Amino acid sequence: MALAPDAASRRGHLLWAARPRCVSHAVEMWRATLLQIRSVSRSFGELRALDDVSFAVEPGRMTGFVGANGSGKTTTMRIILGVLAPHGGTVTWNGAPVTQGVRQRFGYMPEERGLYPKMRVADQITYLGRLHGLDRATAQHNTRDLLEQLNLESRAGDPIEELSLGNQQRAQIAAALVHDPELLILDEPFSGLDPIAVETVLGVLRERAARGVPVLFSSHQLDLVERLCDDLVIIAGGAIAASGGREELRDKFGSRRFQMVVGDDAGWIRDVPGVQIVELDGPRAVFEVADGIAPAPELAGRVESTQDARDQVVLDAALRRGSVHSFGPVTPSLAEIFREVV
Amino acid sequence: MSADTARTGGTSFLASTRLIAEREIRTQTASKGFWINFGVIVVGIFVLSIVPGLFGGGEPSVATVGSDAARVAEAAELDTQPVPDRASAEVLVQAGDVDAAIVPDPEGSSPLGLRIVAEQSSPDDIVAALSVSPPVDLLNPSEVSDGLQFLVVFLFALVFFMASFIFGMAIAQSVVTEKQTRIIEILVATVPVRALLTGKIAGHSVLAFGQITVIALATPVALRLGGHDDLLSTIAGPLGWFVPFFALGFVLLACMWAVAGSMVSRQEDLGSSTSLVSTLIMIPYFGVIFFRDNDLVMTVLSYVPFSAPLAMPARLFSGDAQGWEPVVTLVILIVAVAASIMMASRLYSGSLLQTGARVRLGRAWARTD
Ligand SMILES: Nc1ncnc2c1ncn2[C@@H]1O[C@H](COP(=O)(O)OP(=O)(O)OP(=O)(O)O)[C@@H](O)[C@H]1O
Ligand SMILES: [Mg+2]
Repeated sequence: MALAPDAASRRGHLLWAARPRCVSHAVEMWRATLLQIRSVSRSFGELRALDDVSFAVEPGRMTGFVGANGSGKTTTMRIILGVLAPHGGTVTWNGAPVTQGVRQRFGYMPEERGLYPKMRVADQITYLGRLHGLDRATAQHNTRDLLEQLNLESRAGDPIEELSLGNQQRAQIAAALVHDPELLILDEPFSGLDPIAVETVLGVLRERAARGVPVLFSSHQLDLVERLCDDLVIIAGGAIAASGGREELRDKFGSRRFQMVVGDDAGWIRDVPGVQIVELDGPRAVFEVADGIAPAPELAGRVESTQDARDQVVLDAALRRGSVHSFGPVTPSLAEIFREVV
Repeated sequence: MSADTARTGGTSFLASTRLIAEREIRTQTASKGFWINFGVIVVGIFVLSIVPGLFGGGEPSVATVGSDAARVAEAAELDTQPVPDRASAEVLVQAGDVDAAIVPDPEGSSPLGLRIVAEQSSPDDIVAALSVSPPVDLLNPSEVSDGLQFLVVFLFALVFFMASFIFGMAIAQSVVTEKQTRIIEILVATVPVRALLTGKIAGHSVLAFGQITVIALATPVALRLGGHDDLLSTIAGPLGWFVPFFALGFVLLACMWAVAGSMVSRQEDLGSSTSLVSTLIMIPYFGVIFFRDNDLVMTVLSYVPFSAPLAMPARLFSGDAQGWEPVVTLVILIVAVAASIMMASRLYSGSLLQTGARVRLGRAWARTD
């Protein structure tokens, strides 16, 4: 996962080292079909909507793009699709700039949905397939397959405007997929879908990713993103706050936070230096340990990192006071990471 | 989806344009309004030609009683219908089957020995045909009578006006629909904006030219049915010039309509941005009709891009224009069309993604997006 080191450190957010496997040979091959966003900026008048945004979307991986309202997700996606021009930075595909011809092979589901309201579902999707360069027979064939996959085949002959909102949304997804795109950019593809439809669409997207298509999708449904994505990009106020593999992000945040249940009141933990209480409820305490504190003298030489040292100090203290029922790192949910980073 | 998906190797500019034009044509021809408009025009042409009198009619028709009357009427090239007596002649006049009757004058008060019987007013054309008047020598004879000239110019102007307006409005609506439904975002991400604009204009132009061709083919038939063969031979010449001027003039205005459509985001706001284009159509329409007799104004109008498509054929028709003049005007029009396509593409792409109620021209031109 490429990072925006300047932006992230300037904003005081955590920074993750590149995943170890990124140096592997496999990645060298992947680079061939990688979407790379480098130092992209964009302003609307006085408003700096995007500031030095950099990240990558890797082949075969579902990349979740999350951020608060107005943080710049849609703007970023529009720049990738050439709908908006960046005021700085580059977007590359296969290491080369994205041109009109390249873009034609991308699949895009815009935030503001839109199809021709009076055109029939199948005609419309076939038409868009042909605009993307398919011949008529292939476009028709793909349309039939997709409508079937999305359980929409019974509405194929109806004008879009006669479909329910959720079904229009499925048609919109079909429109983004009809030309077997090499890259998928989906702006909130799950909003407005019922749980069964979510699973259907999810299945379709997973299948694309499994074929090696990089998928970038934004969503406010963090539980869904957490379940679905391989990689995460978190944007806040137009700058990348965090990006990386899902597990990697979890580990990073989880390793700083611990939960402990002791025999009696855990209030004493307040007095341990370098420890920040998140939650304290009788015998149960959730706390975070700060970086950059020297190991307690009594543990010097026994532990390697300062962070480990600090949680070991707490455990040590707890054991000296009495029984410890449980002690361990807390794996944060995406929602928690999100709250912390944004 | 199959793994062996056939790609035509990306869509070229021309292929995209063709697809877009095709869709426009399909959409338009699938709408009832399109056919109703068309039907009204064609039926109108037949009604105008066949209903007697509206086009000035053929020769006046008369019922004649007696051989003297018949001889005089035939000499005056009137449409003659002999009847046995005055009573049956009066029946025909009353019924409107003939314009008048020429009957013998039993009282002998007329030097010709004939009387004319008409229904309500004195049939001046018949009286004139039967009168003896001194011959007139014209120094600069016009090939076509003044009234007929006006009529033909008026009809050409009307066809141009209606076609520009009806098809232009359809173009503007089609543009604004894409903005309003937001499908524009997918389209812009897929095909070049210039292909979008060109395809739209091409599609609607094909439809307009198709309709005009049908009208041009139906008009002679209608005129012949109505017995206006002489009129037919007079408009055949200017019709030849009208076609290229019409085509270029139409494309010129079509660009304007497309820009007008892209300047707003909702159908409801279309009126405000199309008023300028409407004016650009009205000016030549009324200009050519009102200043038909003013050589200077007509000469100027025939070189100004927006009015040239009407004014130049009109001047050719009345024999005022030199042979080289239409060629110069055609060149001017071609240059204007090229310039307007370039300008329209720029404004169009600059304004397509702005979603305010009214897009500012300056911003669209500057392409802040
Ligand atoms: N066309 C525009 N003109 C002016 N400002 C804009 C425009 N588009 C976006 N912005 C501004 O840019 C910022 C980022 O907007 P963007 O739509 O990218 O956010 P987002 O992350 O997609 O939000 P949401 O989750 O609500 O969809 C916002 O402050 C927005 O007001
Ligand atoms: Mg958005």
